[in-house]
Amino acid sequence: MKTVDLIIIGGGSAGLASAISAYDNGINDILLIERSHELGGILNQCIHNGFGLNYFKEELTGPEYAYKFIEEFNKRNIKFLLNTLVSNIKDDLTVTYVNEDGATEVKAKAIICALGCNERTYGQIMIPGDRPNGVFTAGLAQKYINIDGFLVGKNVYILGSGDIGLIMARRMSLEGANVIGVSELMPYSNGLNRNIVQCLNDFNIPLRLSNTVTKIIGKDNLEAIEIADVDEKFNIIEDTRKIIKCDALLLSVGLYPFINLLKKINVKLYRNTKGVCINQNYQTSIKGLFITGNSLHVHDLVDEVSKESIKVGKCASNFIKNSENKVLKTINTTAGNNLVYLLPNFIDVDDNLSEVTFSFRINKIINKGTIVIRDNDKILKKLNKMYMVPSEMITILLKDVDFKNIDSIRIDVVED
Amino acid sequence: MYDVIIIGGGVIGCSVARFLSQYKGNFLLLERHNDVGEETTNANSGIVHSGYDPLPGTKKAYFNVKGCKMMPKISEELDVPFKKNGSLTIGFTEFDLKTLTSLLERAKENNVNAEILNYDELHKREPNLNKECKYALYCKDAGIISPFNLCVSFMENAMDNGVKLNLNTEVIKIEKIDDFYRVFTKNNEIFDAKVLINCTGTSSDLVTNFIEKPAFKITPKKGVYILFDHFDQNFVHSTLFMCPTELGKGVLFSPTTSNNYFIGPNSVTSDRCDTSTDKNSFDYIKQEAKRLIPDLPLTEVIREFAGVRANNDSDDFIIEESKTNKNFINVAGISSPGLASSPAIGEYVANYVKDKLHLEINKEFNPYIRKHLKANNVDELNELIKKDKKYGHIICRCEQVSEGAIIDVINRNCGARTVKGVKKRIRAGFGKCQGTFCQDEVIKILARELNLSIEDIKYSDVDTTILKYQAKGK
Repeated sequence: MKTVDLIIIGGGSAGLASAISAYDNGINDILLIERSHELGGILNQCIHNGFGLNYFKEELTGPEYAYKFIEEFNKRNIKFLLNTLVSNIKDDLTVTYVNEDGATEVKAKAIICALGCNERTYGQIMIPGDRPNGVFTAGLAQKYINIDGFLVGKNVYILGSGDIGLIMARRMSLEGANVIGVSELMPYSNGLNRNIVQCLNDFNIPLRLSNTVTKIIGKDNLEAIEIADVDEKFNIIEDTRKIIKCDALLLSVGLYPFINLLKKINVKLYRNTKGVCINQNYQTSIKGLFITGNSLHVHDLVDEVSKESIKVGKCASNFIKNSENKVLKTINTTAGNNLVYLLPNFIDVDDNLSEVTFSFRINKIINKGTIVIRDNDKILKKLNKMYMVPSEMITILLKDVDFKNIDSIRIDVVED
Repeated sequence: MYDVIIIGGGVIGCSVARFLSQYKGNFLLLERHNDVGEETTNANSGIVHSGYDPLPGTKKAYFNVKGCKMMPKISEELDVPFKKNGSLTIGFTEFDLKTLTSLLERAKENNVNAEILNYDELHKREPNLNKECKYALYCKDAGIISPFNLCVSFMENAMDNGVKLNLNTEVIKIEKIDDFYRVFTKNNEIFDAKVLINCTGTSSDLVTNFIEKPAFKITPKKGVYILFDHFDQNFVHSTLFMCPTELGKGVLFSPTTSNNYFIGPNSVTSDRCDTSTDKNSFDYIKQEAKRLIPDLPLTEVIREFAGVRANNDSDDFIIEESKTNKNFINVAGISSPGLASSPAIGEYVANYVKDKLHLEINKEFNPYIRKHLKANNVDELNELIKKDKKYGHIICRCEQVSEGAIIDVINRNCGARTVKGVKKRIRAGFGKCQGTFCQDEVIKILARELNLSIEDIKYSDVDTTILKYQAKGK
């Protein structure tokens, strides 16, 4: 069987950044596997701007952002395969990939999963009604307009105020479609504030908060939807039901890590992210199996994916070079009050461990609050923070503590 | 002049067509949709019932038991995914045990293998079952089959053996002229045939009404389903039914041949074409199914859908020639266990027509369809890709369906011509992402193989264009 030091699955923003980073950290025997016919991943269909402000300090479109990484990637002598799907991963780090040349098994010293995420569909959120043509995830509609050059409808309604939904509201408007409105189940938007302003307000598209689609209507093709307001427990308020005629319904109702491949092996899953558990080095419960980007947890900005993946590339390199220190103990972490999830799930403490970065999301808007990191009754760190929202991932660095003397870590966000 | 026209291309019409093709003759099947199996067949539990349930002496009992016995051979000939996973009819109370015991007696009368399992036997077999489940009637010969593939492959095989299929052809009028029938369609076509077979499911009394006052009435009953992704092949093995009580038949929990699971269906009176789902049904199904499996995998839900059963008021199948109109045969009221009965019904009707028209045996009849190429391991996959490299280009990543496999189901008799047609036949778009990642590629493959432009590719019926408007820049 062929062997390779590092296999990276996925050639999108996460895969590219982790490949570059691993290479620069001394790992030259890398194989990156991409299912599509080109590198860049979903960025290729995101032709709007707003990418890179954070990472490159300039405003780029999705393809431009991807191109910057592809250029760097191409400067290094990294092997990659296009039109190739990884069909299987085993827990001994053997990967099977399939392309038109055949099916091949390769054994790696380490694997980085950079598989991206999926969009939730109307079936997953169980919207009642008919099942006609004309209901699309926002991402698929985006691919149709930006890659294939087709509009899926001219009277469009959007459910969910996630960023793709907002971007598509603007995109469909610019292409001449009438975007009737956007419904958001929560009492607040899940998108970035700049997208609310630039994609909805600038186009006079109404955003209905605490409102949802309660029925899909149309035998063969979508003819209308029923929307209704919901109360704070998400129960439908009966007398607010309203029929809206439309020929396309786009859904931007959440993303979740794509981990189909990992479900077949013995990786510890993490229900809160719908993904997997990791330690502070982005290593899953299987030794040598790393994960990054949106297949770990869904990020707000691609810039954050790149930064994370550069770290993961380095972690995987250290693992391959066997320069990791002996693990002295493992600390479990807990997502406490108001947290949706908390990563990492466990911390492998060694002699050199001096700091850990935690990432989490909260489950409601907190105007003024305190982030508390504690080991049982002992407070390790306290941080006051203004205006925290579910749509923005929060990261916090914990250092200057003696990890060897910590038994457990729990993070709560307390409203002041 | 056709010898026989079959009206309706559900699993029953297609089965009749397939068995008719064993004989020499001029046969035509008319289907109003853009594909076969688009109505009741399309939203079916996929259960091959063993036949313990129908009352002895009924047509349901006869055709179900026979159909169940035929299914292993049929599935092999037609290359349809089929698994004998057994069924468990679950009892919760002493009273249920009495019902199960009487069902056991009925099973014996119907010549069906069945036994009653006690608590330990039951829970050893199905560890994820609700601990409140106390007894079960176990039928080892029950199975599961892909209803879509069964229907499509019946038709493919019928066409391989000479039967003609006209899609998008809705019958709107029938006239009797001397010793033949004249059929008029919505798109102004006229077809003549010596024998008409009415296999129009929920519309069968309406179609009979074109020629005579029907002696039966269809009361459509809608059933809603919730489908789960495949997550653990060993979660549940057998099909789980509930012991019927005066409150109803409950719902079932079953694996499918593609290792998905589903719960449902409920049963509510509905319009003939109403396949809409509703929240009350979801709540009811979930609540009932929890009695079987308390830890329902609700995070794995990928789709909900509804089907309409062609329930007949007399509660038995109607498989008979009209008394007033000779050579007009009704195959109607085929509700559950219709799918399990379908091969036996097809064989019986074909045989009946053969005797009527004195048809000769079709010596060239080939009962096998062309096998779908599959690989069970890396070596076999390499072999396959060597023969056709398109089997190495995976289009649907959730279900790992290759371009080669998609092309294959397009370029067959009764081949896929729509996105839904591809999904039904080979599962591209059936997975957790529901086609989000592959629908555009499937459209392009369909367009290329059918020599159409991508704007002409439909989701399902002829008016369901997906890519409706070209962007300004194009």
